[in-house]
Amino acid sequence: MSSIKQVINEAVEKGKEVYDKVRQPNPIRLRDLIRQIRSAKTAAEERSVVNKECAAIRLTFREEDSVWRCRNVAKLLYIHMLGYPAHFGQMECLKLIASPRFTDKRIGYLGAMLLLDERQDVHLLITNSLKNDLKSPTQFVQGLALCTLAAIASPEMARDLADEVERLLKSSNAYIRKKAAICAVRIMSKVPELLEMFLPATRNLLSEKNHGVLITGITLITSMCVQSPDTLDHFKKTVGNLVRILKNLVMAGYSPEHDVQGVSDPFLQVKVLKLLRILGRGDGQASETMNDILAQVATNTEATKNVGNAILYETVLSIMDIQSETGLRVLAVNILGRFLLNVDKNIKYVALHTLLKVVHQDNQAVQRHRTTILECLKDADITIRRRAMELCFALINPSNVRTMMKELISFLETAETEFKAVCSSKCVTAAEQFSPNTRWHIDTLLKVIIAAGNSVPDDVVACTIQLIAESGEAEQQYAVAELWQRLSAAPLDTQPLLQVATWVCGEFANFLSLVGGGVSEGEVVAVYQRILWSSQCSAVTKQYAITSSMKLASRMPGTNSLVAQMVSAYGSHLNVELQQRGVEYTQLFTRYDSMRGPLLERMPPFERSRLRVSQDAAAANAAAAAAAAPLANGLHNNNNNDAVAAVQAPSQSDSNALLDLLGGLDDSANDVPVQVKSAPLPPAGTGSLNSDILDLLGGLGGGGGGDSGGTLISRTVNNGGILDTGLGSASNNLLDDLLNNSSSNLNNSTLANNTINSTNSLPVSTLPSSDEYGSLTIYERNNLRLVMTFQRQDSLTTITLTATNSSTSCNITDFLFQAAVPKSLQLQLLTPSSTSLAPAASLTQFIRVNNPNKAVLRMKLRLSWFADGVKIEDQNEVNNFPPALWQY
Amino acid sequence: MQFMLLFSRQGKLRLQKWYVAHPDKAKKKITRELITTILARKPKMSSFLEWRDLKIVYKRYASLYFCCAIDQEDNELLTLEVIHRYVELLDKYFGSVCELDIIFNFEKAYFMLDELVVGGEVCETSKKNVLKAIAAQDLLQEDETPPNALFDEHGLG
Repeated sequence: MSSIKQVINEAVEKGKEVYDKVRQPNPIRLRDLIRQIRSAKTAAEERSVVNKECAAIRLTFREEDSVWRCRNVAKLLYIHMLGYPAHFGQMECLKLIASPRFTDKRIGYLGAMLLLDERQDVHLLITNSLKNDLKSPTQFVQGLALCTLAAIASPEMARDLADEVERLLKSSNAYIRKKAAICAVRIMSKVPELLEMFLPATRNLLSEKNHGVLITGITLITSMCVQSPDTLDHFKKTVGNLVRILKNLVMAGYSPEHDVQGVSDPFLQVKVLKLLRILGRGDGQASETMNDILAQVATNTEATKNVGNAILYETVLSIMDIQSETGLRVLAVNILGRFLLNVDKNIKYVALHTLLKVVHQDNQAVQRHRTTILECLKDADITIRRRAMELCFALINPSNVRTMMKELISFLETAETEFKAVCSSKCVTAAEQFSPNTRWHIDTLLKVIIAAGNSVPDDVVACTIQLIAESGEAEQQYAVAELWQRLSAAPLDTQPLLQVATWVCGEFANFLSLVGGGVSEGEVVAVYQRILWSSQCSAVTKQYAITSSMKLASRMPGTNSLVAQMVSAYGSHLNVELQQRGVEYTQLFTRYDSMRGPLLERMPPFERSRLRVSQDAAAANAAAAAAAAPLANGLHNNNNNDAVAAVQAPSQSDSNALLDLLGGLDDSANDVPVQVKSAPLPPAGTGSLNSDILDLLGGLGGGGGGDSGGTLISRTVNNGGILDTGLGSASNNLLDDLLNNSSSNLNNSTLANNTINSTNSLPVSTLPSSDEYGSLTIYERNNLRLVMTFQRQDSLTTITLTATNSSTSCNITDFLFQAAVPKSLQLQLLTPSSTSLAPAASLTQFIRVNNPNKAVLRMKLRLSWFADGVKIEDQNEVNNFPPALWQY
Repeated sequence: MQFMLLFSRQGKLRLQKWYVAHPDKAKKKITRELITTILARKPKMSSFLEWRDLKIVYKRYASLYFCCAIDQEDNELLTLEVIHRYVELLDKYFGSVCELDIIFNFEKAYFMLDELVVGGEVCETSKKNVLKAIAAQDLLQEDETPPNALFDEHGLG
């Protein structure tokens, strides 16, 4: 019994000890806590110190201990900075703020700024304290309240406290006035209609002597001008005052209080320059008033230090933005030119960044600094090189394209991998736009492909092939010679070059005999064997090569047996695509040898609209593929794996279209940008031979996934029926019907084809205004805004989609918009006006929706684009179309 | 200015000031992201980053990085001057400031910043005025503390 008592007593003692430890009479000091935390060796140890301290802090909070509250909140703020939760201190901050002690208030407001922001509900409570403190007789208490309000004011707080702030804005104390001005800025940004209230108080701000009040006053006026055009007009009359302020700053002698390395108050100067820019924008008279002072600042500011350059930079921005004299603009661009020569990376960066902004306004002036800009391509700083590259592309014009391209290609050769894709794409675009002749163009594209190695985007390969295919015989002969040389000597690890080379050498194999002393058949086959047996070559390259070897065999009969051997070996290749080619092509050598010649005839040049391609090379891929072959190619638009099939379509032979049809199917049919599902089947009873094709279409309609495509292939291959069907005359007719008769029921499935055909015929300019249905913003994320406007004629609705790049710096490329509608509707997407968007630029795309049943219009969207080279994909569903589009 | 961060070469946050509201989670994410990005940059690179739709201006002073996020139309070269001004003020106040001063007196570092920048805008361009205001407020604090217990019991210590 006694031992039990003893145990209990001991336990009670221990419990007391523990309790005393946790609840120390005096909580440890802030500096001691920091020391403790810093001495923790591991993260776990730190965590345990923090947890223990947080427990102690909570305990004192719960006891409503006001003596240690300040110390505890301060500790909590340190703990918060380390990333631990500290929200339980919010109420304590408010209690501190309500305390009469200045120390309490100082820590309380600091805590409020760190732990609360405008989303917190506790604001009602803080608003009262703020109101009291704004009326405090102590300027520093007022100052704390103003500072906090400026950092965390919510719309409600702004409304409740605007009167107080307005009163303080007229205070005789400069310390209060300057902080009140910033508060006013915050209040206006939260509740725009409160702007008017502060207007009278701004009257005297510009005649201030105190720089603190002056700079915050100008900040206030600037934000008023930005916020409301009416106010902007109101402040036009202050241009003279601002010019005088700036003049005094520039002319005044040394004033130790505001001097920064020999420059008089750069902070104020920059603020004035910025406001002048806003006032002078688009206003000739205001611009004229400030011309002189801008010239003065531009010429008199010391440019050896960062601070002087900060002012010059702001001056240049103002000069370029207002309606300044030509001489002044040249001066501004020359300042940027001088910046480019500066050793300071920051200044160089700023110069390139600004030149990029002004290059479209004053191209000539910027051209003068071309050599310096080209020099920046070799800078050690990657960010500078990136800017310089962008600027170089903006500077290319017909007269300098040769030299610029030479520099850019040598830049491309040594550039980081991350640059290569973007740079090569841009080179292709620029070459397309400005090439002086085809020979140069071909040369340039080949150089780009060689320089960028494996980083070449697939569209560049397609572009090059297309260019060569549509050029004259002499150029083709030249290309064969060039590429044969590369092909026979190139290392096998640069796929894009091999792809272009095999395509060209196969297609135009007849020119091989003219290369140098003539290439022997043996040599050619040896080169192909090297590629086809190499483990370094990708499957796609081999696809190019195997098809190319078939072409070769039909153009150089001596290679027949060797090619047949190579091809038949591929009949058992592990890669399904290659195996399929192997099996098909072997059939062409054996059972259908007579068909081989016509089937492998030369491709006609691809049709495409040059304009489009010059807008963006990336579009060329899709355009080329879709234009070259009907239906099937349209289906694998986005499918680079199918490049072989895409470039392999001799149009004379419909059977080839069927080949392509199958080729197109083997990769996911869900890449199809149209709703194929709703395609009605063609009229029944066209004969049994057709059933395979009918099935194909059925499969297309029902499938929509890669799986169904896959099974289809294996079935047709197993039947050995692929060519049978393809060459049967009945099916030929059917295909004709399917592919050419766009008025047939199959309207939908021939959309890809249609899209191309109708780009020219669409009467864009005659579209009546679409106001009656209003506009609909269907997407607004990731710096991209999509707006639709509508126009309806009976069951046919034409939707104009406008895509706008809402960012200020990011370039969008390869924009792809895909959409699907419910079954009973038919959808047609026309080609977009462009696929790339510079900052703030827009593109349009027409969408036709046929809705004979007046069904509810809904749309599923799939979007993808590259933002500065980074791929972004997104999906969206639109359910809020105006009902007027289908009702009535 | 949208926010300012101070962090060490080891990536530890030393001060954070937000002038635009974000949820706590977002703040942490932004901080982590910027610290990693900036620490990965080489010393010979420029002090500017384009990040989301903001411009990031950073500068290293000894073991501390000062990092500001500014709007597109703000002047990044001048932001470097604001950072420099802040460092000068801390230096004057602490007397040759080092990272430890800022760790152990983080609240003072905040007070200093609040006198220089309010609501993300520079509100005082005279160093003298800032230091004067800070000194006067420190004095207010001292006056309230019982003389013998200055840093012993009731102060933050």
